[in-house]
Amino acid sequence: MAHLGPRTPHPDTLAVHAGQSPDPATGARAVPVYQTASFVFPDTDTAAALFNMETPGHVYSRLSNPTVAVLEERLAALEGGVGAIATASGQAALHLAIVTLMGQGGHIVASASLYGGSHNLLAYTLPRFGIHTTFVPARDIAAWRSAIRAETRLLFGESVGNPSVDVLDIPAIASVAEENRIPFLVDGTVTTPILGKPLAQGAHLVMHSATKFLSGHGVVIAGALVDGGRFDWAASGKFPTLTEPYEGFHGMIFAEESTTGAFLLRARREGLRDFGACMAPMTAFQVLQGVETLPLRMARHIGSTHVVADFLAAHAAVERVYHPHLPSHPDHALAQRLYPRGCSAILAFELKGGRAAGQRFIEALTLFSHLANIGDAKSLVIHPASTTHFRMDDAALAAAGISPGTVRLSIGLEHPDDLLEDLGRALRASQK
Amino acid sequence: MTQFIVAGYPAYAYTGGRSFDPALPAIFFIHGAAFDHTVWQWQSRYFAHHGYSVLAVDLPGHGRSPGVLRTSIEAMADWVAAFIEAAGLPAAAVAGHSMGSLVALETARRHPDCVSRLALVGTAMPMAVGAGFMAAARDNAPEGFDMEAVWGHSRGAVLAASPVPGTYLLGSSRHLNERSRPGVLHADLAACDAYRVPAEALKALAVPTLVIAGRQDQMTPFKAGRDAAAAIPGARLVTLDAGHSMMSEAPRAVLAALRDFLPPK
Repeated sequence: MAHLGPRTPHPDTLAVHAGQSPDPATGARAVPVYQTASFVFPDTDTAAALFNMETPGHVYSRLSNPTVAVLEERLAALEGGVGAIATASGQAALHLAIVTLMGQGGHIVASASLYGGSHNLLAYTLPRFGIHTTFVPARDIAAWRSAIRAETRLLFGESVGNPSVDVLDIPAIASVAEENRIPFLVDGTVTTPILGKPLAQGAHLVMHSATKFLSGHGVVIAGALVDGGRFDWAASGKFPTLTEPYEGFHGMIFAEESTTGAFLLRARREGLRDFGACMAPMTAFQVLQGVETLPLRMARHIGSTHVVADFLAAHAAVERVYHPHLPSHPDHALAQRLYPRGCSAILAFELKGGRAAGQRFIEALTLFSHLANIGDAKSLVIHPASTTHFRMDDAALAAAGISPGTVRLSIGLEHPDDLLEDLGRALRASQK
Repeated sequence: MTQFIVAGYPAYAYTGGRSFDPALPAIFFIHGAAFDHTVWQWQSRYFAHHGYSVLAVDLPGHGRSPGVLRTSIEAMADWVAAFIEAAGLPAAAVAGHSMGSLVALETARRHPDCVSRLALVGTAMPMAVGAGFMAAARDNAPEGFDMEAVWGHSRGAVLAASPVPGTYLLGSSRHLNERSRPGVLHADLAACDAYRVPAEALKALAVPTLVIAGRQDQMTPFKAGRDAAAAIPGARLVTLDAGHSMMSEAPRAVLAALRDFLPPK
């Protein structure tokens, strides 16, 4: 029997309003930037209660801040989660998630197709602290399953990886996570909640580099971690940080304190407090400005990307285009199932003529900016083999779907005709 | 964590981050339909650190309490009285939210010696449940949880800033409901819908009573709370500018109302 639920606001409305009431002090309609380190206690009893988590509120902007909280609540609403923590960067969000769940001896199973920075953290830096990662081919579900060990505490992948634009089968990996009672964290940077919600697809946690599409204008470094509130920490029995008394906060047992919010409580009360990678209020304001237009921008980003993908696929100077919009992409069907509105404003392609042609192409572009970023209002280009993935040898590059001649584009908000004109001219120049 | 055994089964109570001490004045918190003790998170932690013994329970079949789901308000009330006795308390102040308010009231009726004070938060008598809500709950349909989340908050809360920084109240509430075992929401709603208390019984209540009603309450409308307060002799009515989930929508105001109402420790 079908049931008619209450009407809830669409993502477009949440993107503009969620998490913010007109400022109670001044009536300001825009989100005020609470540029303050600390907050005055109204009386000593409230001060003590705030410190001891007997009453909610702001104490010190490393732990929480009203401007930052608006962003956190807005992202949680958009993702369908219970709450969020905004962080200094996407890397800080990933680190916060990991250190909240495990310590020395912990193990992660991650997709081999990851952003270079995430790969560095997992492959080189965390082993120094006793946390090890097994990388598996993202599409090989059996490999995810067989890589899990007794000490595995997290599965991790990107909703859409780059540069080969491979689509993570979130529902399938989520089943592996459920079977093993291990949480599944998805980096949703490329898709954003506008194209797909990892929590609704089965993931337990979502992180973002908010530097990219969420802020959308290439002006801030920012990250966020969202909890779906669905993972049963007590039933799993593998997460003493959440189910046993924490000496660092008066013996608090986070899973008893909050059934759905235990993970975020510990992350805020320990990881944010002690590692300190918090978001600045001005950064939150700038990301919020971006989030307000996110639904509009993603539609434009995706529309233009499909135009560019079709153009490149038909061009004589192009060997191969990687984008799930094209039927030739191995994830075409999966992308249509998980992301009916499109999945990526990032695409990659291989030029005829290899590395030298790639260099001529990049230097002939005028609208596309050659830099290391994605998700800007401006169109971007980069040669991964010599920049973002330069630490990888050819075998590792191949595992990540990259060849020496691969060029990655991030399609911006310019008129698509102007992008095609720029690309066409540079493609001709590349073949001279 | 203190282990309690009530009616033959382990029974969970959050004690506010302090060890349970039956010698202190006690407050017993009861959650609403398909929820658990964490809806009283702020109030229980505060009182536990201010001279009270707190028992914020998970009703049987809810949260961390195993045991047989009680399918009537009367049966839940008997369990509450059994818990108070099992905890070695002569009596407790009993505060209930929504369905929990009916359980608190019924405990005071059936076991008057157990209840020293009565706080009814987001209450209505009768607490009729719409057919659409009941049908969605019966089918364990996600729309049932949507209804509880949306109607369980003020209209503005779906977009408003939360008093709990970084927490999306509707999402938290919905996911907490969703974690309840299949059938629990329907059983709880049916118990609310079926419960009746005669006007004479309310008139006969001799326990000091507080009613906290939210002007923006979409689940148990403000008028119902006001009528309940008017029907109970000497009951104090506190009106908040909040929706049904006032312990999280207005945590400080709920705390202040309870603090003013409870006897000085």
